[in-house]
Amino acid sequence: MGKSFNKIKSTVVPLNIENVDTDQIIPARFLKATSREGFGKNLFRDWRYNNDDENQPKQDFVLNDATYSGKVLVGAKNFGCSSSREHAAWAIKDAGFDVVVSSFFADIFKSNSLNNFLLPVQVSEEFLKKIFDAVQKDPKTEIEVNLEQQSIKITARGEQESFDISTYKKTCLLNGYDDIDYLLSIKPEIQEFETLKK
Amino acid sequence: MAKTLFDKIWEKHVVKQIEGGPFVLYIDKHFIHEVTSPQAFAGLNKRGIKVFRPALTVATADHNVPTIDQHLPIREELSRRQVEALKKNCAEHGVELYGLGHPFQGIVHVIGPELGITQPGITIVCGDSHTSTHGAFGAIAFGIGTSEVEMVLATQCLLQTKPKVMRINVDGQLQEGVVSKDIILYIISQISASGATGYFVEYAGSAIRSLSMEARMTICNMSIEMGARGGMIAPDETTFNYLKGREFSPQDAQWEEKLAEWRQLYSDGNAIFDKEIFINAADIEPMITYGTNPGMGVGVTGHVPSLSEVNEKEKASFEKSLNYMGLQPGANMKGRKVDYVFIGSCTNSRIEDLRMVAGFVKGKKKASDVEVWVVPGSKQVEKQAIEEGIDKIFEQAGFQLRQPGCSACLGMNEDKIPAGKYCISTSNRNFEGRQGPNARTFLASPLTAAAAAITGEICDVREMLSSEKESVLAGDQNYN
Ligand code: SF4
Repeated sequence: MGKSFNKIKSTVVPLNIENVDTDQIIPARFLKATSREGFGKNLFRDWRYNNDDENQPKQDFVLNDATYSGKVLVGAKNFGCSSSREHAAWAIKDAGFDVVVSSFFADIFKSNSLNNFLLPVQVSEEFLKKIFDAVQKDPKTEIEVNLEQQSIKITARGEQESFDISTYKKTCLLNGYDDIDYLLSIKPEIQEFETLKK
Repeated sequence: MAKTLFDKIWEKHVVKQIEGGPFVLYIDKHFIHEVTSPQAFAGLNKRGIKVFRPALTVATADHNVPTIDQHLPIREELSRRQVEALKKNCAEHGVELYGLGHPFQGIVHVIGPELGITQPGITIVCGDSHTSTHGAFGAIAFGIGTSEVEMVLATQCLLQTKPKVMRINVDGQLQEGVVSKDIILYIISQISASGATGYFVEYAGSAIRSLSMEARMTICNMSIEMGARGGMIAPDETTFNYLKGREFSPQDAQWEEKLAEWRQLYSDGNAIFDKEIFINAADIEPMITYGTNPGMGVGVTGHVPSLSEVNEKEKASFEKSLNYMGLQPGANMKGRKVDYVFIGSCTNSRIEDLRMVAGFVKGKKKASDVEVWVVPGSKQVEKQAIEEGIDKIFEQAGFQLRQPGCSACLGMNEDKIPAGKYCISTSNRNFEGRQGPNARTFLASPLTAAAAAITGEICDVREMLSSEKESVLAGDQNYN
């Protein structure tokens, strides 16, 4: 998936539900693939369809509502909690999102996202509310995320906030390389550590 | 400087720190299973590299396996393919596999400890969030994603930021009928499903010390349900006695050497924690959850919060949750009808859990309209249960003893709870759809689940225990 990342300007899909767990993002029965692709169609499967039937979409669920679209998924507090399944990050990415915004992310979800070039942007409760309000008033509201500057902005209103990311992770994302590339490059040091440890 | 248990182990495993970034952490033991490993092996193959230290990884098949007729090929095609992929990957990379049919097969978090692979002072990871279970031995153990599984396979290391450390002290005496599952459900109900995010938790205090190893595992297992990266308990004589003589425990002179090392594993008296919580064991009732995250729990004699008890911001998700569960705000939990009872999962499927349930149901019969599944955590637990005659007790009670696996914990294999039905479950998650689409889950201890199996409804096991005592005293022959 190695793909670099810097700026994004996009409309958003708002999902104002707290404690969204990874079992909702992608239910266990859809984890049976042995590749990383194709999980997007089962994203929020049980919230999207009645009786698990693709011909019966739940009209009131935001992913089925043509009013909203874009590369930014805006969730509420404690997004991505519980199961460590990376399939959750794969599904969101596969469904076309590059950024997830929330006021609080679960730890494993956050690192899984970063490992898949899906940027988790953690904002304050107040800023999150501003986004939801803006999108409710105008579904075409655009958000700009600038990784280099670590900023997120509601374009039309000019309101913005900065977000945290480790310097290391930022460099990885900007340059399109991942943790495993780095770890492989320090293998001699790892071997040395093993010898010392024994 | 005074150090916490976590710091002592962490420092020993840091290969280096990246400037302005995470630590490179060395991993001593890596468990893998069929669901979160195929893409990791595919990644290695794509890079054209082999597993770096195959002897440090152990594999089993658990999530997708059926729990009846395990000798037959897996019927469901996609599940079968995942299990076959695991077999092929392990063979190609020289990783030990305890697959279906192997006497060591079982839920990954049950077999690690029972084989003595899980030991104090080591770092353990697995592509499964309940890896926190292994922390009960005083290890740093946590769940990882598939990309991280790939990293560990490729380099035996991970990049990690150092979490904060929280200590939860549980002191005092537990009431009769209250067990370790109730302790952890109580803690989560107090601090919420996200209350420990960003932390590694150490459990301490006299009530924790007095627990058996298996009971400690139940507590550490659910650390992730309050958002914690992991949970741990300092090793002590209980830990050492448990480990002595197990399949992969150190032997002879090596045992003595390890023991001396393990005795140093505790938080120093004046070590500073980023957060500390104190709980009185006597305050804990048998617990039950009413909602769709493990933090939504109350004592069995309690009630679902009424709307006025819920804070304004949480109202929407609270109502959504109750709607899913088919419950009213303010409703009592006691007396609520259940359709299924599931005793199993990496939280409560060990031999002590089965013994506890068997001891309680001996001579009783399940309610006629309830289906009861008991799923042992491993082949060894199953074998032990049969040797002890526990299978007979279950048979007489009308409980179905199945074969080892994750089973109805996650609605991925064939064992699912039908839509709309209520299941009282000893597993760890009550999310929407966790046990099957639209299935409704009440989390509880094995004892509370067993009591519900007998009466067909949520009840207070303490009342049943005390009335039994009276009838025993009165010489009632029906109780034996
Ligand atoms: S029993 Fe449940 S929680 Fe435990 S490893 Fe299996 S699926 Fe995960």
